[in-house]
Amino acid sequence: MTTQFLGGTAALTGRSLRHITRSPDTIITTTIMPIAFLLLFVYVFGGAINTGADSYVNYLLPGILLITIASGISYTAFRLFLDMKSGIFERFQSMPIARSSVLWAHVLTSLVANLISVVVVVLVAVLMGFHSGAGVLDWLAVAGILMLFTLALTWLAVIPGLTAKSPDGASAFSYPLIFLPFISSAFVPTDSMPGAVRAFAENQPVTTIVNTIRDLLTQQPVGTDIWIALAWLVGILIVAYTFAMATYRRKIS
Amino acid sequence: MTTPAIHVQGLEKSYKKLEVLRGVDFDVPRGSIFALLGSNGAGKTTVVKILSTLLRADAGTVSVNGFDVATLAADVRESISLTGQFAAVDEILTGRENLVLIARLRRVKDPGAIADDLLDRFSLTDAAARKVSTYSGGMRRRLDIAMSLLGNPPVIFLDEPTTGLDPQGRIEVWQTIKHLAEHGTTVLLTTQYLDEAEQLADRIAILHQGRIIVNGTLTELKQLLPPAKVEYVEKQPTLEDVFFAIVGDNGKHDHAGQTVSAGANE
Repeated sequence: MTTQFLGGTAALTGRSLRHITRSPDTIITTTIMPIAFLLLFVYVFGGAINTGADSYVNYLLPGILLITIASGISYTAFRLFLDMKSGIFERFQSMPIARSSVLWAHVLTSLVANLISVVVVVLVAVLMGFHSGAGVLDWLAVAGILMLFTLALTWLAVIPGLTAKSPDGASAFSYPLIFLPFISSAFVPTDSMPGAVRAFAENQPVTTIVNTIRDLLTQQPVGTDIWIALAWLVGILIVAYTFAMATYRRKIS
Repeated sequence: MTTPAIHVQGLEKSYKKLEVLRGVDFDVPRGSIFALLGSNGAGKTTVVKILSTLLRADAGTVSVNGFDVATLAADVRESISLTGQFAAVDEILTGRENLVLIARLRRVKDPGAIADDLLDRFSLTDAAARKVSTYSGGMRRRLDIAMSLLGNPPVIFLDEPTTGLDPQGRIEVWQTIKHLAEHGTTVLLTTQYLDEAEQLADRIAILHQGRIIVNGTLTELKQLLPPAKVEYVEKQPTLEDVFFAIVGDNGKHDHAGQTVSAGANE
């Protein structure tokens, strides 16, 4: 059973990775909006924003990376939706492979695709003057948090991918996720916001995740933020995974 | 003696309040071709989905290759292959990549060689390296069936295998199906085309209003009607005869029981 699962997942992941290499536009369109935000906020609004950081692009990048992932996972939902609609999904389901392999292949592909998008956005930020003295361990911690974030959102994306009635429905769920960073510490410090908004911003997951990544990249102590961030990420991951699997079982039985 | 390849008894299935199957019974002996005939919405696809473990039955016993579909679904999946109503191929991959993928999923040895062999058998070698999105409907269907043959499953389900194909594509698919049964594969096919069932099937069952209302060989079914009267009718070439006479099928398709007659009228 385990070898069946691993072999099947590997073969199916190879398949959907090929989809990405055959349509690199999905990577490009994923990175366009985050890069546009980077340019807009660094070169247009940034001059008027006082964050206390030495350079605004350094301050901004962590939030932009989360936006990149939030927009990238909509393609996961979209690809899953296309599989569901075409006969190939039924073919896989009627074959002697572990049934969850089909989902895991999409999830692993999502990790790889988002990793590539994140690297592209970081490179653009470097061109715009982003710099960090962070060491290998700090970068690994940042990569780990981003991967956990991708996994959590990908399992969330599986739900509309399985249940949507139209391709637009499959990808539209990511819009609120993309805008969540705006009401957080991603663009401006939360203490400049009025009471209720500030309370929301400081208690939603994006703020602690952004603060943790920012502290790691600027070599500040991460404090308790990292634990709150990890708790949020693991919590969302478990809930999303449970619901996605329940939806999947309902769909295939 | 030997158990039938497919055994269905008292099969019932409803979608919410809509009763689709209300007590379906039939057996399919090993190595035979069984045609399930019925109009649109008769429940043919529902039967196929239950047989291929995609849907759960509400009641009844269903076994494939001796395995119960409800309790031994994994064994059933080892024994079968499904070619659904819509070609289940990956459009973005090439034809060869599609076959290699299925070969790897079925854990057969040497996926590349098997893929090449199937491409050759289904006259797809020239198109092997092209994306499937560039294939014609007939090529797609051929690839689809080739993917189903991979790993030589003893039982194959074909749900309306020739819907949407041109006459040539249809005959190619028919030949493949006959060839399969000659080599011992059990084939269950659904169709709305009466001539397709007539051409291929050892036994024909008609599914109507949730039940099998007749089940027998073609000869048996014909006996249900009053005996044939002898009438003299001028034999006009059918449009299909004309089509093949003009297009020319290079003698590649010797479709038994049909006369290519346009040339004879000169």
